[in-house]
Amino acid sequence: MSSSKRSTIIVEQLRKQQMLEALSRGKRLDGRDYDLYRNLEIEVGIIDKASGSAKVKLGNTEVIAGVKVETGEPFEGLENKGALIMSAEVLPTASPHVEPGPPDEDAIELSRVVDRGIRESEMLDLDKLALIPGKTVYTVFVDCSIINSDGNLLDATSYAVVAALLTSKFPVYEIQEDKVVNTGKTMPPPITTIPISITAVKIGESVLIDPTTEEEACMDARITMTTQSDGSIVAVQKGFTGPFSINQIVEFSEIARIKGEEIRSKIKELNSG
Amino acid sequence: MYSLKELTLLDENGIRSDGRGINDLRSIKITVGVVKNADGSAFIEFGKNKIIVAVYGPREVHPKHMALPDRCVLRCRYHMSPFSTDTRKNPAPSRREVEISKVMRESLEPSLILSDYPRAVIDVFVEVLQADGGSRCAGINAASVALADAGINMRDLVSACAAGRIADNIVLDVNDLEDKEGDADMPVAYMPNLEQVTLLQLDGKLTTTQFNECLNKAITGCKAVYEIQKDALMKKYFGNEMELKEEA
Repeated sequence: MSSSKRSTIIVEQLRKQQMLEALSRGKRLDGRDYDLYRNLEIEVGIIDKASGSAKVKLGNTEVIAGVKVETGEPFEGLENKGALIMSAEVLPTASPHVEPGPPDEDAIELSRVVDRGIRESEMLDLDKLALIPGKTVYTVFVDCSIINSDGNLLDATSYAVVAALLTSKFPVYEIQEDKVVNTGKTMPPPITTIPISITAVKIGESVLIDPTTEEEACMDARITMTTQSDGSIVAVQKGFTGPFSINQIVEFSEIARIKGEEIRSKIKELNSG
Repeated sequence: MYSLKELTLLDENGIRSDGRGINDLRSIKITVGVVKNADGSAFIEFGKNKIIVAVYGPREVHPKHMALPDRCVLRCRYHMSPFSTDTRKNPAPSRREVEISKVMRESLEPSLILSDYPRAVIDVFVEVLQADGGSRCAGINAASVALADAGINMRDLVSACAAGRIADNIVLDVNDLEDKEGDADMPVAYMPNLEQVTLLQLDGKLTTTQFNECLNKAITGCKAVYEIQKDALMKKYFGNEMELKEEA
């Protein structure tokens, strides 16, 4: 082990001690309560060329999502459904530690967990996005770029996807003589529900929601829970090496429902405004 | 066919498809210090282009064997977001992006005093969120401002602007449609105080006279951009003082 590596580990341990010490007094290092989100700002329609787009700022974490709609072949076994394809990339702008190149396992997990919340909630009614069954369907791409990273990328990315989809305008395709034609008109997407993910980390015995990078560096475990509009849970992902107790999970599911509703009402305002 | 082009790109009154005259730049707005984690950053809106640039460094080189004993390594990545274009762009770097990364690096390098940071690296990440023709120029403008924001020692800012040809007219600041349908596109980057050109490319046919006119026009554009770059930096670092002066 090189000396620089060893000193990094010592710094990490000192940080963790400092954080545990603060938590033992019931305080987070940034002064927030355990169940408080950082300031959430959502701006929609920032990319004219996209069918829908959103920029989410969660504290210093900043994510942009863009929706592109095309037509294409359906997935195998889902011949009568539109195709939803999501990706997330942590850009090298996001922090000094990101190297450009193929996504690492954290980035792959990020995009898959965000995808799961949206897909499993059936937020987009894919049955309404088939054109010629078995042949041509709507293909909806949602791509996310993480611009600045300061923890809880999972939630920030998920909110960006939801906000972008919710405020998007899909092109209307028509079938004329067995061919798919873009009519130049647009329609609102077939939205059925609004999935909201809530993430927390466990440090020692404390469970903190909306973790910062600093808190994620000290975490023993992480949990993400996605609820839909009626309060039911549609996706869960436990991450990192430590465990959660059943009690902690049950308590957290309640927090995920309550906090999810808070954030959902904020996102709903985007469409009414 | 030809008349149709003229009709859509430039009408008989010299008005272009987006309402500009032949010597008009698109609207340009630069904001400095937009990426919190970066050592320097800038966001540029150049017409419909929206580009974010983050600079990290000078910092240690990885892999180590890339380090140079007498000067700093400059690395540049130009990348387009999948939603930045009319049809979705595959997020993997294309050959075009690799080339643009290279010419951008080469256009910025002359402005920097890299011998001040031996064995280190400076990374410039250019992310195109929305592309509208002339994204390499817009990217260079933002990158130079971001490098200044990072406090990198430099001789001059680099300002970039394209000029092009529509039929017999030389026009300033070629947009997306004019790039695709027009007859020539010439991106130029320029150090206004040192009066040196650091990037010059051309797509399309120009006569010698047209070439000179085009180059001069592009440089006029660069000089206009330079003022906007300076203002953006002044606003970040002397914002309050500038306001006080205006009040007085």
